[in-house]
Amino acid sequence: MLKNRIIPCLDVKNGRVVKGINFVDLKDAGDPVEQAKIYSDGGADEICFLDITASNENRDTIYEVVEKTSKKCFVPLTVGGGVRSVDDINKLLNCGADKVSINTTAVENSKVVVDSSKKFGSQCIVVAIDAKKNGDKWEVFTHGGRNNSGIDALEYAKIMEESGAGELLVTSMDRDGTQVGYDIELISKISSKVNIPLIASGGVGNLDHLVEGIKSGKASAVLAASIFHYGKYSVKEAKQYLESKGIPVRT
Amino acid sequence: MNVTIVDYKSGNISSVINSFKEVAQNKVKIEVTSEVSKIQSTDKVVLPGQGSFKSCVDALQSINGLVDCLNDFAINKKKPLLGICVGFQMFADVGYEEAETKGLCWIPGKVTKIDNQNGKYKLPHIGWNQINLVKESKIFRDIKDKSHMYFVHSYEFVPTDKNSISATTDYSSKHVCAVEKENIFGTQFHPEKSDKTGLKIINNFINL
Repeated sequence: MLKNRIIPCLDVKNGRVVKGINFVDLKDAGDPVEQAKIYSDGGADEICFLDITASNENRDTIYEVVEKTSKKCFVPLTVGGGVRSVDDINKLLNCGADKVSINTTAVENSKVVVDSSKKFGSQCIVVAIDAKKNGDKWEVFTHGGRNNSGIDALEYAKIMEESGAGELLVTSMDRDGTQVGYDIELISKISSKVNIPLIASGGVGNLDHLVEGIKSGKASAVLAASIFHYGKYSVKEAKQYLESKGIPVRT
Repeated sequence: MNVTIVDYKSGNISSVINSFKEVAQNKVKIEVTSEVSKIQSTDKVVLPGQGSFKSCVDALQSINGLVDCLNDFAINKKKPLLGICVGFQMFADVGYEEAETKGLCWIPGKVTKIDNQNGKYKLPHIGWNQINLVKESKIFRDIKDKSHMYFVHSYEFVPTDKNSISATTDYSSKHVCAVEKENIFGTQFHPEKSDKTGLKIINNFINL
């Protein structure tokens, strides 16, 4: 039986790990390669790097990080942040990424999703959706949560599936960094609308939140950063807890 | 000994290269090439594959003499060959992804889309699933039944000759996820991304 995945996410800036609270106030906390290795040895089902390097001159640092990590970690590695073109995707894959997540560029130019999924296969194209509630709907934000595109997140998710995305990484902007749990309504609505796997993200503060994301949100995988990164829980503890709640995990 | 990973420009093979190099250390030479002359003289071949069945077959055929060389290696010389993911699917007679496409015809059967049962099962089948070992296979030495492997695919290989099947996995139905036919080995899952268990399978292949 297919297991639900636990994916620790590492925010990387200028080649170093940071974790943002509501996308600002970054704290430096280590070497991404070592962190990724600790996670994969600890049973992480995948590793996710989100590159939040702002300046173009430092953008190459992520390629080095990916290249080093892929020589040490033998679980899937997803890399996102600042991906602008099919060429960027190609470069990350060549460095050893297994999947590339595309955010702003997918909103601005969905042809990149179409072209890259045709060229490299849907299996390595993840579309990341940052969504924020506005009335009774959710809107897609771009540029690390700074710009509101005004696009309806549910409709957008369906379009991305049709454009060739292999998975969706759905982050609630309202919940990110708050540790009060996923936006279950958002996650479950998108999950039931599409036929591709969904990774839930944004807001995890305890292990029950992971359980909710899978049971109520119907997510195939749950992504979390701070609860693992600051040592509140290990991936192993998370898996044991999920298993005790009847969720199938790889042990 | 030389193990050659065939680089026929179909998708991303850096993970395959990294994992084989990790396992081989410096004891076995891992070569990455599309040069027919080098493949002819090697000891073992790894055939990866990403993207669609059709794009992989097209990419193989676009390299002059490569398909003939692989046929000679696997069928006439009967040297060990491991296909991974679409590299494994191409063993079939025919695939139906994008368009009906003739495969390598090494193991009779076809490659069809996994039945998602009207949306009950999400596709691609992505993540860790357990494998059911159904016969002894040299590459599964010391691998336990129900081991977890990493999968990512929407199409499945349905061989007509059930004797070649070495493992299955459960997703929508019981589908074939590994074959062994004499010197030909294939896995639908990605041993290069399946943590220590996957590296063990790679080690078994290298040490055949």
